[in-house]
Amino acid sequence: MITAAVQEREHYLNASYGIKSWLLTKDHKRIGLLYLATITLFFFLGGAFATLIRIELLTPQGDLVSSETYNKLFTMHGVAMVFFFLIPSIPATLGNFFLPMMIGARDLAFPRINLLSWYLLVVGGLFSLFAMLAGGVDTGWTFYTPYSTTYSNTWVIATAVGIFIAGFSSILTGLNFIVTVHRMRAPGMTWFRMPLFVWSNYATAVIQVLGTPVLAVTLLLVFCERVFHIGIFDPALGGDPVLFQHLFWFYSHPAVYIMVLPAMGVISELVSVYSRKAVFGYGFVAFSSVAIAVLGFLVWGHHLFVSTQSVYAGMVFSFLSYFVAIPSAIKVFNWTATLYKGSISYATPMLYAFGFIGLFTIGGLTGLFVASLGIDVHVTDTYFVIAHFHYIMVGGTIMAYLGGLHYWWPKMTGRMYPEGWAKLSALIIFLGFNLTFFPQFILGYMGMPRRYAAYPPEFQVLHVLSTAGASVLAVGYLMPMIYFIWSLRYGKMAGANPWGATGLEWKTDSPPPLHNFDETPVVTQDAYDYSQVMGEVIEVG
Amino acid sequence: MANEAHAHAETLALREQFDTAEQQKDASTLGMWIFLVTEIMFFGGMFLAYTIYRSTFPAVFALASSSLNVYIGAANTVVLLCSSFTMVLAVRAAQLGQRRAIVIFLILTLILGGIFLGVKAYEWNEKFQEHHIPGPSFHLEGTNEQGHAQLFFSLYFAMTGLHALHMVIGAGLLIFFIFKARQGIYNADYNTPVDLAGLYWHFVDIIWIFLFPLLYLIDRHLGK
Repeated sequence: MITAAVQEREHYLNASYGIKSWLLTKDHKRIGLLYLATITLFFFLGGAFATLIRIELLTPQGDLVSSETYNKLFTMHGVAMVFFFLIPSIPATLGNFFLPMMIGARDLAFPRINLLSWYLLVVGGLFSLFAMLAGGVDTGWTFYTPYSTTYSNTWVIATAVGIFIAGFSSILTGLNFIVTVHRMRAPGMTWFRMPLFVWSNYATAVIQVLGTPVLAVTLLLVFCERVFHIGIFDPALGGDPVLFQHLFWFYSHPAVYIMVLPAMGVISELVSVYSRKAVFGYGFVAFSSVAIAVLGFLVWGHHLFVSTQSVYAGMVFSFLSYFVAIPSAIKVFNWTATLYKGSISYATPMLYAFGFIGLFTIGGLTGLFVASLGIDVHVTDTYFVIAHFHYIMVGGTIMAYLGGLHYWWPKMTGRMYPEGWAKLSALIIFLGFNLTFFPQFILGYMGMPRRYAAYPPEFQVLHVLSTAGASVLAVGYLMPMIYFIWSLRYGKMAGANPWGATGLEWKTDSPPPLHNFDETPVVTQDAYDYSQVMGEVIEVG
Repeated sequence: MANEAHAHAETLALREQFDTAEQQKDASTLGMWIFLVTEIMFFGGMFLAYTIYRSTFPAVFALASSSLNVYIGAANTVVLLCSSFTMVLAVRAAQLGQRRAIVIFLILTLILGGIFLGVKAYEWNEKFQEHHIPGPSFHLEGTNEQGHAQLFFSLYFAMTGLHALHMVIGAGLLIFFIFKARQGIYNADYNTPVDLAGLYWHFVDIIWIFLFPLLYLIDRHLGK
């Protein structure tokens, strides 16, 4: 009887068919999947650029590609990964799919704007893709002036226009999330009953809404300066290129928190579910997201320690940057405390969560190194910085993204992924990641500068280790791609709640019906109420 | 007949993700205010650049500012304020369900906005003829700091240009709402879109209220 119902039941995937039903959909779940496909494409594109970078760096001479080409490779790697993968990654896919479900809503507040935001990402992506195919861009993903405005002879305008458009996608997603959290919560879903994933996406949305317009206007000015030759940042006219850096980092530092805050939200969900315990210090974890969002706006000057920024400003920015460590550490300590006396099961998502906690801690602590003025002067623009932010963005965000994807895959598709393969790939990714990026800390500390195709021979051993690690990492990333697609057809059918989780998204069928819930849920408990099942271990199969 | 159309409009208006019309109105209004916050941040980058350069090069900014025509600028400010007034009247008319009045006031707003943009185009054209466009043929009488003077005009064109772009988008919105209002969609129960269009229009107006003194009145501030 039940199986028959599962076979015939109408859900969001079989409610309508055809390409039009996807391209014109207003369903947040389908839009989440559209985002998933789009950013996966950009992830592998950015990965291809990274592969070429790592192969070039196998030998000390610049022999595989010319320096000009190398400049384009690391620029396009950065542009594809930052603006078209990491920024939309968790909020636009998992957030889009699950934020409304987790608060018991039928959809986001503005479904049409949600679809528009996907189209904006696609159009922006096409502009940048065009720039890449037409000849590339070589300014670095940071577009520093006056190189980007005056000297570079590459496709700066097309890339900048692409990022400008994609920025509005991010703004609209943020706007939609804020309004949805304020106005669409189900009866009984108070602010302090919301899952922490919702809190962290809310904090992220605030950054998206306040920060992204500043990047937009900055790129607009760069555009005007290149096209109309006005001179806001032109030193020849008395303009200040460092003003560009201030404006750019006013967005791009908080953007780091756009990437990592949703990841922290995912980890809060995973740690709780797989240790059968409520998150320790719920309120602290919730408010630490908000604190990170606020503090994130006050630290951009730490990217300008070696510019003409005054030393006193540098001291203040250094001090404020240290402050960000407090809410970040609160999260790490609370996750760890959640594990204490929990019934821990080592399902794949939990492996990713453990990976995140360790790697994020290393990335965060090395962040303190580069936030202190003296050490930063030594390691500025070296591989130390590269390693630091890859520990946050790859070791942090992508680990959590993959963890979340595994965790919610049964809900999204109605099928289980193959647990054995998934565990293996999680292990491969963890090992490959560390082999790739840990040597880069040492390289950077020894003085290897970023953005060079050639380097002194004594650095070769560490570079070879790093490239070897990148190969392992590539295998690790290809595996989920393959078995996720495989599971769509051959995966075990998933029930409504394979993990025995408490969230509202698990109280409806997998895959969810068109409007998420057959009737609007009424919430009577706090999030993560595992008191009934404490001590029980999830069977991982 | 009127009642039937009325009920029809309301059912048309409530989107499926909302439970009540009130929830929908609240959500839309909050969304609009958040959008306006993003607009403030958007313009904010330019205001920051202006603040820094004006405090770095006060004398040449004052000189460059004095080359703008204050009387035309002031007259245009009055035109824009009047357009905000007619916009308020349109919103009021929508709330009272006076369908003809909505259309008339929206058209008036559109005309006033059009006048503003026309005057703005005339001013820009003047700048072209006076060689006040940043670039190789730029020249401003009475100063050796041609580069710094170009910074002022770079900001002038960037800021008024971005403002004018917002006016054009606003005009597009007005045309859309005029057509919708002619169909009689808005009434005493359903008028949020007109209200939100009004918010946008006033926001663009307020930006100008800041731009006018910052760009036109610098030397007057210095007491010359």
